Amino acid sequence: MAIELKQVIKRVGADTHIHRTDIKLEEGRFNILLGTTLSGKTTLLRLMAGLERPSSGEIWFQGRNVTGVAVQQRRVAMVYQQFINYPNLTVYENIASPLNVVRMPAAEIAQRVRKVAELLQIEPLLQRMPSELSGGQQQRTALARALVKESSLVLLDEPLANLDYKLREELREELPKLFRDSGATVVYATTEPAEALLLGGYTATLHQGRITQYGPTASVYRAPDDLLSAQVFSDPPINTAAIRKRGARFHYNDRVSWLAQGKYAALPDGSYTLAFRPHHITLAANNRDSVSVTGKVVVTEISGSESVVHMRVGSDTWVSLSHGIHQFARDQDVELFVQTDNCFYFDEQQRLI
Amino acid sequence: MKRAKWLVPTLYILFLLLPIYWLISMSFKTTNEILGTFSLWPREFTLNNYITIFTDPTWYNGYFNSLTYVVANTLLSVSVALPAAYAFSRYRFLGDKHLFFWLLTNRMAPPAVFALPFFQLYSAVGLFDTPMAVALAHCLFNIPLAVWILEGFMSGVPKELDETAYVDGYSFWRFFIRIFIPTIAAGIGVVMFFTFMFSWVELLLAKTLTSVEAKPIAATMTRTASTSGYELGLLAAAGTLTIVPGAFVIYFVRHHIAKGFALGRV
Repeated sequence: MAIELKQVIKRVGADTHIHRTDIKLEEGRFNILLGTTLSGKTTLLRLMAGLERPSSGEIWFQGRNVTGVAVQQRRVAMVYQQFINYPNLTVYENIASPLNVVRMPAAEIAQRVRKVAELLQIEPLLQRMPSELSGGQQQRTALARALVKESSLVLLDEPLANLDYKLREELREELPKLFRDSGATVVYATTEPAEALLLGGYTATLHQGRITQYGPTASVYRAPDDLLSAQVFSDPPINTAAIRKRGARFHYNDRVSWLAQGKYAALPDGSYTLAFRPHHITLAANNRDSVSVTGKVVVTEISGSESVVHMRVGSDTWVSLSHGIHQFARDQDVELFVQTDNCFYFDEQQRLI
Repeated sequence: MKRAKWLVPTLYILFLLLPIYWLISMSFKTTNEILGTFSLWPREFTLNNYITIFTDPTWYNGYFNSLTYVVANTLLSVSVALPAAYAFSRYRFLGDKHLFFWLLTNRMAPPAVFALPFFQLYSAVGLFDTPMAVALAHCLFNIPLAVWILEGFMSGVPKELDETAYVDGYSFWRFFIRIFIPTIAAGIGVVMFFTFMFSWVELLLAKTLTSVEAKPIAATMTRTASTSGYELGLLAAAGTLTIVPGAFVIYFVRHHIAKGFALGRV
């Protein structure tokens, strides 16, 4: 086991930044912390790094209790969202610095720096100063410095957030490969659900200082434990509706109803929460169990070949994502189809059924 | 209008340079010429004034004393202000903002206020009439300024840089000396400039806290005028030489200053 948080709580003044958290990250896994800003991703990373002490609880690293062990002794690596390099050192010296600190022989340093520089394609830049690099190159340098240590725990705090679109895609593709070969346990914080899905591995969804779910990324996406995890792991935001079950049918809004099928048929009558992702409410009816809903358009956003329609249905505001270009006027009535077989049903405790 | 474009700055620079030109021109004249005739340039060009200053110990020791306490003060201010500014920039502690403001208020009183307490105190502990006395007294004004300026520069450096260094295995002092100080070099340049300048031009404390051994050049200049009658040429030469170190300092730190003005808190 690479790192384990046991009953960890972090308070700052009167605020609790991290509520009681237990999580085990296995050796060599690529882990993603997914959550909005201020959900506690950075605090968790800092706790794992040893930059902050938990208010209570213990942190175990490779079978050793490291709570309170200074960050210098932890042998972890960390990359920040901002491009952090030592401005007074060349790229080469930057990458070599963690090795210089432990007084590694110069020949070995040179060999290891060359190797990671090649891996990250910054070899021609080794003699430059960080200020002479583009943002992407600066972040590559920071990543190289994290890799060169060959530490068993690498913490990445939204490392791609400040990069422009093209560079982000490029690096996002390289990242999992880089770390898979190194065998390091990686913890990668991000605010973007799409990024988590692209990176794969394991995902922990965070909401207001609590880990709501942890598991393989695809299964957290496909089967969120509860509504919060589903909400964290959806962009555009997941749509929700309060529904009731009466007899064999689910009812929404008194006007819309559909047959409860499969495991849902056996549910007792009562209140439930329905959640469905924007691409499961579309302008075209598919031939499966689609339910027609009429709403008023709030705004339409067109991005290339997709249309995002924000609409009001009763007191709910939903977002729909459809292929093709569809332009609607404000307050226009529009008919949309909810694919009820792709919906999540949550009970009154908001646990997935 | 087109003429006014160059006319105004030219006049401005002319007015600024006129007293300096007059001083330099006087320094190459004899006292008789200065008192006797009105001349735009030296009629009887002489280097005697300068020769006197460079050969007479009562004169050149003045420069030596001044430079000693100015350099000592600059080094002292910077080395004390660096850790202080780091603390203000990186840590939150009880009363930090009040303390920071209180430091600044030290600069709000005129130096004359402190002349008497310093005089008495330094006489009592045997520091009177040493360059160190002046260097320490000037710290009262220079350290707050240095802390204030450096804090601005340090706060411009993300604290993630510190943390990255710790994660990389740097100890605090290794990080501070190898990484942090070079990173804020421009700020240190700006601070050295300001502390040097304040200490170099400050007259009252320097004069009050010294008598014979550590007499600064500014005191020598004024004293000569009162004891040996009019030696205007000599005084002008001394004045010219007094401008030189300041001009040198400005010349060498001009890039840092320009960068510093743009970056930090000046």
